[in-house]
Order: sequence, then C-alpha cells, then structure tokens
Amino acid sequence: MLSIKGLTVKFPSRFGDFTAIEDVHMTIKPGEIHGLVGESGAGKSTVGAAVIGLLQSPGYVAGGTISLGETDLQSLTFAQAHELRGDRISMIFQDPQTSLNPLMTIEDQLIETIQAHSDVSEATARKQAVDLLEEIGIQDASARIKAYPHQFSGGMRQRVVIALAICTDPDLIIADEPTTALDVAVQSQVLDLIQRLAQERQIAFMLITHDIGVIAQVADRVTVMRNGHVMESGETAQVLGTPKNAYTISLIDAVPPLDRKIDRFHVPKEDGIASAQGNMAERWLLEGQRHDLTGLSVENLTVAFEGPRTSLFCKPPTYVALNDVSLNIKPGSIMGLVGESGSGKSTLAKVITGLVTPQKGVMNLGGAALPAGKSRSRHHLSRQLVQMVFQDPYSSLNSRHRVGDILAETLWFYGFIKDPTERKNMAASMLSLVGMPPDAITKYPHQFSGGQRQRIAVARALLARPRFLICDEPTSALDVSIQAEILNLLKDLQAKFGLTILFISHNLAVVRQMADDTAVLRNGKIEEVNNTEALYENPQHEYTKSLLAQTPVMPPSWGA
Amino acid sequence: MMAFLKKYEGLWLFVHSPAAIIAAAVAMVIIFGAVFASGIALVDPYDLASFSLFDGLLPPVWQEGANPKYLLGTDDQGRDMISSILYGARVSLIIGLSALAIAAFLGVGLGLAAGYYGGRFDIIVMRIADVQLALPAILTALLIDGIARGLLPQSIQQDLRVAVLTLAIAMSLWVNFARTARASTFVEMNKEYVHAAIMMGQRPSRVMFVHILPNVLGPLLVIMTVDLASAILLEATLSFLGIGLPADSPSLGTLIRIGMQFLLSGEWWILWIPTIVLVALVVSINILGDFLRDIFNPRLR
Repeated sequence: MLSIKGLTVKFPSRFGDFTAIEDVHMTIKPGEIHGLVGESGAGKSTVGAAVIGLLQSPGYVAGGTISLGETDLQSLTFAQAHELRGDRISMIFQDPQTSLNPLMTIEDQLIETIQAHSDVSEATARKQAVDLLEEIGIQDASARIKAYPHQFSGGMRQRVVIALAICTDPDLIIADEPTTALDVAVQSQVLDLIQRLAQERQIAFMLITHDIGVIAQVADRVTVMRNGHVMESGETAQVLGTPKNAYTISLIDAVPPLDRKIDRFHVPKEDGIASAQGNMAERWLLEGQRHDLTGLSVENLTVAFEGPRTSLFCKPPTYVALNDVSLNIKPGSIMGLVGESGSGKSTLAKVITGLVTPQKGVMNLGGAALPAGKSRSRHHLSRQLVQMVFQDPYSSLNSRHRVGDILAETLWFYGFIKDPTERKNMAASMLSLVGMPPDAITKYPHQFSGGQRQRIAVARALLARPRFLICDEPTSALDVSIQAEILNLLKDLQAKFGLTILFISHNLAVVRQMADDTAVLRNGKIEEVNNTEALYENPQHEYTKSLLAQTPVMPPSWGA
Repeated sequence: MMAFLKKYEGLWLFVHSPAAIIAAAVAMVIIFGAVFASGIALVDPYDLASFSLFDGLLPPVWQEGANPKYLLGTDDQGRDMISSILYGARVSLIIGLSALAIAAFLGVGLGLAAGYYGGRFDIIVMRIADVQLALPAILTALLIDGIARGLLPQSIQQDLRVAVLTLAIAMSLWVNFARTARASTFVEMNKEYVHAAIMMGQRPSRVMFVHILPNVLGPLLVIMTVDLASAILLEATLSFLGIGLPADSPSLGTLIRIGMQFLLSGEWWILWIPTIVLVALVVSINILGDFLRDIFNPRLR
C-alpha cells in the first residue's frame, strides 16, 4: 500500500539547506491506522505533506521514494498529482473551524468534492453526500446537509471534514492532529469513527498526533519521530508497552497516567536546564513569608457576559459563564479545576485576579474579604499575594522587554528592592531557582523555547512573593516532556514555599498528578468537588464518569 | 536569534530592492542638502544683499546664456535656484516633521487610550476622528488658518505662520495614528502580558506606554513615513494656494507658486525644478514607507 523508503525532505534557506526529515521508512497497509507521534518540530507533519505532495514551498524531497500501491508518487506530473489528491489520498486537518469554507453549505462542499473526482450528476452526488453523512453519524442528514459550517458544533464539523475526506473513496487518509482542537468527549467519538472507517472501508490512515493516549487507543502500528528521524517503529502494543529506544521510553515516562498518582515525573535529561539553585532567591522568598498559608474561597459567583447586540432597541442576550459557583481552596493545598473548553475555567481565574467583575458572589482570601473586579483598588494587598501563570508562554511575556526587565519590574513595582543592581541579581537568582541559566536576564523572551518561557513566567510570579498562585493551563501549549519538567517544578515550589495553587487544566491526567482536591466544571456550574483520589477512583457524578471514561489512556497491561 | 534574523532580513531585503535603495539615496541627498543648506548654498535667499537683480532669470547651465556659477539657473530676483530649493526643502521638512510629531503624539496617545479603556471613551474619540476624516485635509487647514488670522493680532501673525501651518497639517493627520494605534491596542489587550500587568495593579498609563506601545510601534512607524510625505505635500499645497508661507521665506510649495508665473514665458526652470524636487522627495519617502510596511508585515513578502 503506502510505502515510504528513505524519505528525506530539505528546506533551502540562505544559510544552507535545512533537513526537516531524514531517511524515514514506513509502510501502511489498507485498513491500518498508523500513528506518527513525536514532539513539536519532530517532522511528523512534513512526512504527511510530502506524501500528499503539498510540501510548503520551498521545501523539496531530496531523496527516497514514496509509492502508493503501484504508483510512484515522485514521478507524477503536476496534473497527475493533482488528480490523485482527494481521489486516492485525502487529508483531515487539525482545526475544523478553518478547514471548511464558512460561506458554503455542507451540501455544496460535499457535492463539489464528489463531482470534482467522479463524473456524476448533481442529484446522484447529493444522494451520495447524504448517505455519507448518515454513515459518519450525522442524524437527519438530508435536512442538516443544507446547513452552514458555523451551525455545526466542533465535533460535527470534524465529522463533515472526515466525510469530505472519504467521499471520493480514497486509499489513504492523512489525519494531521485530527482531535487536538476537540474536547475529550468529542475526541473519543471522532477516534471511534476513524477506527470504524478503517475497518469497514479498508482505508489506510496516517494518524499524526503528539498525544500518546490517542495512539494507544486507536493505532495499529506506531512510528516515533524526533528531530526528523525515526526513533522506533512497530506494533503499538509492542512499541508503547516495551519500548526499546531511550527516547521512546522517556516520552512514555513523561505522559502523566490517569489511573494512579506518581510523586514525580521521570524527566530524561534536563536538556540545557540548570539544576535548581538560586539560594539567594530561595532565602528571600522564605523570609517574605510573613503571611500564613493563604486559602481562598468563593461563594455563589455568577458571571454573565453580554452577547453580541442583535437589535438597537433591546438588550443584547447574556451568556452565563459562571453560574452560582462556590469553591473552597484550603490553605497550602492545590485545587485542580477541570472542564471542557467554554466551561468557565478561565473566567473563574479572571474573577479571582480582578480582571472580570462578577454580577454576584463574594470572595475571601486568607480570611479577609477580597473585593471583586473594579472595586479592588490598584494597591490592594491581593495584587501581590495572588499571582498567575498563564497558558500561553508566547504571549504572557512582553516580547519587547528583556527577561531581566520583566522580572525586575515585579520587584520594583511592589517596592521589594530599591536598588536596580540588587533587583537584577535577585532576578538572576530567581531564574536559577526555576532552573534557568541566570544570564538569561539579558535576553529577549523569543530567544527561549516554550518550556523555558514558562519557567520565566513562573519566576515572574514568584518574585511577587505570592501566597496564592493561579496556573491556567500552564502546560497545555507544551510538549509532554517539557510539561513533565514544568509540573515537577511547580510541585517543588509549592512544597518549598507553601503556596496555595488553583490549577486549571482540561487534562484530567495532569490534574490527578498535581491536585489535592479537584473540582469539575461544566457550563459554568460545578458538578463535583472532592478529594482528588476519591474523585478519580470513585466519581459520583455522571459527567465526571464520562470524562474519565473518554480520556484516552494506555492500557494498564502495557505497564509503562 | 530572531531579532538578529529580523534585522538581517530587513537589511537583506533592502539590498535586494533597487527601488528602496534609489529612494533612500534620493531622500538622503535632499534631506542632507536641506540640513546643511546654509553651508552648501551659494546665496542666502532670505538675505537680499547676497544676490543681485542683474543675475535674474538665468537659465540652467546646459542652456544658452547661462552663467556656470548658477548650475540650475536663477529666478527673477536673481536668486540661485539650488539655494532656494535647499532652503525651501528645509522649511518643508521642518514643517512636515513637526506636524508629524504633533499628529503622532496626539493620535497615538488618544488611540492607545481608546483601545485600552474602550467603551464610551473609545466611542467619543473615534467619532471625533470620523468627523475629522470627513473634512478634507485642506479644508481643516484652511479652517485653522482662518481662525488664526481672525484671533491673532496682525503683528504676530507673520511670526506664527509656521506654527499655524504645522498645527493645521497635524490636525488633519492625527486620525491615521489614532485609528492604527487603537486597532493594534485592541489586539494587544487580549494578550496575557497585558493581563499580567493590569493584574499587578500597574497604572493605566504605565501599561499603555511601557507595555503596549513598544508592541504596536511597527505599524505606527510605517504610517509615520507615509504621513511624512503627506505632510510635506499638504504644506506644499497650502503654500501653493497662498495660505502657507509668504514669498520671503519660501518653502517648496511657495517656490512652485512663484514659478507658476513663468510657466508660459519661457523661464520653465523656475517652476519645474522645485516641482521635480518635491515630487522626488515625496515619492522616495512613499517608497521607503511601502518598503517598511513589507518588512513589518511578513505576509506581504
């Protein structure tokens, strides 16, 4: 079927050719789901793009062969390759929001694709399209087909993308992170669909993903890539269960398990990460602990946002982001907050930090009332005691300021250290404490990787001498091995300085490793709060149960 | 690394863009000449004693009857054309740059604040900007000029001509800055580094100018170059129409107005040479502005 031999792809640049992938071998049989897993920059997507012939210019195939059945994909003319795309090889993209044309109905998009590849009348094509939608599980397809993409939910839209991919009955489908943008419930449905299509239609799937859980759940075979090289390849159970390659082992070790709690993650080699030092910063932080362990409780918080105005004369509809939320975070503990996208997790963080004013409800920080939103003055003590580590380390640091200035600003702002040179020293020491080289203070944020930036963000939060830390999806933008490092760091710091942490994540496995207590949030309502172990072992609420059941995990029998 | 590459990238693009090189060279020559006008120029066009009527209406050197002392000829008063143009360009550039500075200060300040506070303040500022845009630049300038003439005593009017002209031009240019700054600020307001700063309780002015401003500077720099060209043109237009600078301290626009009288009488150089210089200056600055925009917007590459 699909056979890739010695594939090498290069990108020319003014500084010489950059080799994106080198000597990649892979075969995919009909009906087989072949997982391609690796961290960002591993070259997974480049393999897919090379196969379908859509390498981003100026990249080119420098060596090796790709053949699909009897056809050598390299020898095709432009027109032949164009003919083949969509007909024999299709693609499913990551984001169903952008891979469908928002101005065309689902019907038009499907008919267009079908007619482009086979000579059938519009009526026949429409019938095929309806059958197809029914097959992939869209109910009432003959009516729903008239809808526009925005009228479908994310999961439905991804089903339509899959329908577009299979409507020409291809031999091979390349799925590039098909479920990364989806919530777990939808993800598991889409994965089931992919599995079913592979079996029923004997379509070969190349499933590109960074999520080992997804691979474990659906892939028959798996290829592990790193820096453009294949590390290991074989049966999924064998590669993930008894990995041989050192990188594969470390990759699997870094994946947080859902079914048990581990003390620390195994982090392979801490590449370029200095082991934690920074005695000066550590002493300074301990010395600043005048305040006891600080808990936080919120009661009956309700937040509603105004929706888009539909008429000049009536009030715009409101959208309830938080609905009567009460939560008590014990001093010195870590509270995990899980929920799907749009459940109001980040809104709660914004309410606590004062960025969003709630309509109703009271907050209490360490025994004192915490004024909400605009009524909190700029000099309120909580501005210092409550700090936040943001989700996206690429936008949470001002890209025009040097790291040293970003860190020293905090010290200057709270008036901790008056002398500029001392501020610089303390910033450098704090960087060592979070495992960064102290000379980073003279550089700009873009000179660092995502994981390093997140460490800088943690250092900035610590320099405020906080007692309460909000971590809003601190690792969801990071690769798993980096995620493990950051989670280890947060655990260490929490233990050392007695921080109280609100840990927000959509990843249940991560929360299990981090949190003492866990709250489950859905549509702005708290469904269940409990001790983490109890909640994971014995979930009470239906929603919690389904979340836990749908999270892709490695079968315990593989014993990573 | 990225910053270095970006810088390097800009330089590389510059070296590979003949239009940008020529534009930069032309603009540099004119600006250099204008800055050092008093050192380079043969005569001082403001000093009646430094030129004589006997040298009047001499053509450029390549025409018959020229005096090689005056390369591009002289005007009816006997002033050397090159000297007039250098001094004129200096006046044009001074007015253009100061108008630009005022417009940028006002526009960026209001735009940042509108983007930061949003709501009612944003609506008010932007509606004022809309009204401003509805009035043609020349009309605004005429209005301010008229008001100044009516309010200021005759005696100081002459001294304040430059200031009035500058203000008039600035008033018609600030909207561009305000709109761009506001739009970029809206984008930045959603970024987490801004949230972090607000959360700390930093003063709004500090968040705006220390945190947001450096991040929205790119598009503003592009507007600055393009608007510099507009400012110079606007000044030339106003002076040409006779409401700008008087003939005794001529800008490029005034020179063109004076030259108009000689358009059909054979002394073409008095009109055409300042006109060509003005066009060359404005076109070069515009090309440089386009080039800057390409650098700051990788998608257009």
